[in-house]
Amino acid sequence: MGRYVVRRLGQLVVVVLGATMILFACLFVLPGDPVGQIAGSDKARDPAVIEQLHKQYGLDKPLVVQYGTYVGKLVTGDLGTDYTQSRPVTEILGPKLENTAKLAVAAIIIDIVIGISVGVLAAMRRYSIWDVSATFITTLAIGVPSIVLGMIMQRVFVIELDWFPLIAGDSFEGIILPAFTLAIIDAALVAQLARSTMLEVLRADYVKTAVAKGLPRRTVLTRHILRNSVIPVITYLGISFGGLLGGAIITETIFNWNGIGLALIQAIQQNNNPIIVGVVTIGVAVFVVLNLVVDLLYAALDPRIRLA
Amino acid sequence: MTELVSGTGEPTAAGPVPAAPGAEPSVARVSQWTDIRHRFFANKLAVVGLAIITVLILVAIFAPLLAPHDPLKQDLTQTLQSPGGAHWLGTDALGRDQLSRLIYGSRIAVIVGMASILVALVIGVTLGALAGYYGRWVDTVIMRVADVFFAFPLLIGAIVIILLMGRGVLPVVLSLGIFTWATFARLLRSQVLSVREMDFVHAAKALGAGQGRIIRKHILPNSLTSVLVYGTSNVGIAIVAEASLSYLGVGVDPEVAEWGNMISAGRNFMGVKDFMWTYPSLAIVITALGFILLGNGLRDALDPKMR
Amino acid sequence: MSRTPVTKHDEGDGMTSLEMAPTDAGADGAAPLLEVRDLHVEFAVRDSVTKAVNGVNYSVSAGETLAVLGESGSGKSVTAQAIMGILDSPPGRIAKGEIFFQGQDILRLSEGERRKLRGAKMAMIFQDALSSLNPVLSVGFQLGEMFRVHQGMSRKDSKAKAIELMDRVRIPAAAQRVGDYPHQFSGGMRQRIMIAMALALEPDLIIADEPTTALDVTVQAQVMDLLAELQREYNMGLILITHDLGVVADVADKIAVMYAGRIVETAPVHELYKRPAHPYTKGLLESIPRLDHKGQELYAIKGLPPNLQAIPPGCAFNPRCAMAQDVCRTDVPPLVPVTELDGTELPGRHSACHFWKETIHG
Repeated sequence: MGRYVVRRLGQLVVVVLGATMILFACLFVLPGDPVGQIAGSDKARDPAVIEQLHKQYGLDKPLVVQYGTYVGKLVTGDLGTDYTQSRPVTEILGPKLENTAKLAVAAIIIDIVIGISVGVLAAMRRYSIWDVSATFITTLAIGVPSIVLGMIMQRVFVIELDWFPLIAGDSFEGIILPAFTLAIIDAALVAQLARSTMLEVLRADYVKTAVAKGLPRRTVLTRHILRNSVIPVITYLGISFGGLLGGAIITETIFNWNGIGLALIQAIQQNNNPIIVGVVTIGVAVFVVLNLVVDLLYAALDPRIRLA
Repeated sequence: MTELVSGTGEPTAAGPVPAAPGAEPSVARVSQWTDIRHRFFANKLAVVGLAIITVLILVAIFAPLLAPHDPLKQDLTQTLQSPGGAHWLGTDALGRDQLSRLIYGSRIAVIVGMASILVALVIGVTLGALAGYYGRWVDTVIMRVADVFFAFPLLIGAIVIILLMGRGVLPVVLSLGIFTWATFARLLRSQVLSVREMDFVHAAKALGAGQGRIIRKHILPNSLTSVLVYGTSNVGIAIVAEASLSYLGVGVDPEVAEWGNMISAGRNFMGVKDFMWTYPSLAIVITALGFILLGNGLRDALDPKMR
Repeated sequence: MSRTPVTKHDEGDGMTSLEMAPTDAGADGAAPLLEVRDLHVEFAVRDSVTKAVNGVNYSVSAGETLAVLGESGSGKSVTAQAIMGILDSPPGRIAKGEIFFQGQDILRLSEGERRKLRGAKMAMIFQDALSSLNPVLSVGFQLGEMFRVHQGMSRKDSKAKAIELMDRVRIPAAAQRVGDYPHQFSGGMRQRIMIAMALALEPDLIIADEPTTALDVTVQAQVMDLLAELQREYNMGLILITHDLGVVADVADKIAVMYAGRIVETAPVHELYKRPAHPYTKGLLESIPRLDHKGQELYAIKGLPPNLQAIPPGCAFNPRCAMAQDVCRTDVPPLVPVTELDGTELPGRHSACHFWKETIHG
């Protein structure tokens, strides 16, 4: 167990280093001078200023040295300095990361609550009107991409009804629309998965055993059925976390939620490479750590899983 | 308590109900494909999905004939026209005909959707077959790499690749292919592992067939079915991902007639000129649903047990 | 909870079914522990009805072992599930019949009362212990659950009880293994845990549904012996459901053979082996490989078990029976007492064959 965690953490370091190395190497040899924009418009561009900026950001050194410096700082938790504000990347992205985390947690909670309850109810009332509508609605929901759902939500609840702010920022009421937009497809998939696993578990021999033992209905449901049904759902949510990070880019952009996804898109528009590399580094690291956590959780829930 | 156990619909307690004694063994001998086709066409939703996809592909092929205007031609005297008159679906901020852009947009959707899955298939099938057939360290290395790609956030990965290669159709195709091959590799590997142990493969080996030949002639044809089905249902996901990238400004060039671009352009006129984003949105939703229905139908037809 | 449909008791049918019933109430003549009377169970799926059990009568007394023999689909397991009250319902439902347990028609009890019987007064052992034990709960938890739910015992006490039970069924190092999960045990050990679970509250009746089928041959005997020993010790009634004639010979007192949801023959175990009174039983016996018949071709009953959605008219076995005559294709043979040629009664023997005389004596 301990060895497993250590090995997985080792893998984490390799993945993060690999991803940043590729990204770093390519971004910094791209045509176009990253400091061009902050040095002012083309006319006012002073070679001396540019040279001074290059020196300030270490861009005059060979790429290998630049990467070495970057990694050296990365180890100490330093993601470098951004071009437009001359502030440490960690200082800029820190609060934004927190906002994205809030958004992701809200989405996961929605996935679990809506997904599992809809799936369980549909399975328990199989072929009923509830089950049929659940299947219909979830299929439809999966077919509506986040960009479309986000636009519709904004049109209805922001423009028409004016219930929520146009710029969500990091306000409490601002999180609701992006969280739902981010969650809905996974919630639908979780509902379908929960339904099918529950139907399978209901048929399992050990459920019959539990009934034959004379356990009350509630005990059979909670202890013997739900717990076994939830395991695949947890696995799915773990896998879907990557998609959630990607989806956050879309929803944050649509609703102007001040997270790292929005920061990434803005940084791309501004050629702000330290921010781009920073967001990707954070994204990959968070993602790998969460996968590890999900694996451990999975092993804790299902004793048949042996971590190796 | 039995209600909890129940609801499975099958008389499980009755034990396997024996087949009717009158069942003709010859009926079961009808080709597997005929069977699959029958099951597929018996499923109404699957047929609806197939119809949607067929229409989409036809529209993409015949776009120049169907489109009333040049999708790129700007007419600054005719900007932001509401639907009606010469422009059935209105015009955008540069006076371009929305209907024509929508029709031409189907081309990007079809091309990117299919080409990116093709890229994923080629990478995934090759690596999956190698991993499954050779096993040992080849398997370990390939599947570890696949693990990383499988888990990596598709959108973040695609953005990185596009930043490196610049915007355009090819970068989008490659980036989506590169970040979706892992599933195909896993699927094919497991198929190969089961086929590899079947008697006819041992027989071919005993007859002295080379390994490359065994993989190509014997293992792949028997493993590809499920991979192809999975690929089909994933085209829709690729189309949505492509539109999302363009919407975010990191997909195809913004002037290209493409659905994500159109929605993005409509965002600035939300509440004022809603037709600008609602029609392309509808096109994406219908396309995505078409592929979901088609994929579900194919899956159920291939494996009727998985309902 | 299933509201098991309690069917109206058919007064007219009561007597005839009793007459037919092989309810020889144990050796001492006391009321049997369990008596199933004219039980009918159906499964309604969409527009078809599967008649799984079609008028079964049998009884078990305390300390007695009844073996119920039949192929899959013969209704032997469904009958057992109906007794336990764990039928899948819907689609399954008891269409008719009574089940008397300790003098009480349990089909008339509320679901809450039925639940209290399950596990405490009657318990069941399933065929495949691996799939019948919950994979994500430790065996100690699953054993202890019996005491916690039925007796309100604390976790700590119930764990001690679980260890005691595991010792009782001779699982080595029980105290160390009480926290292990089902997949960590061997097949034989898992089945011992199933047995321990059934025995936990010392029930009066145990129903064992193919308890050794999933096990290796060498382990089968050990598990069967353990079960028989514990049954003697606690003086329980045991219903042993099996498709394997070999298993029952040593442990059962009497046998009921089922076919297409009906009992076709009942007999004390050794008499059945010596002189079967139904062509189906005869076929079953002839299809057992025997050392003393080496070199002879092994017999197999020809044809397929009947389709329960379309049971043939007359005797359900007629399409597969070499002795079948016209009457077998029209009239359902009643289960009648079997006698010697001179009319001497054979206690406990019944056959549902128009030609039982020819079968047993010819």
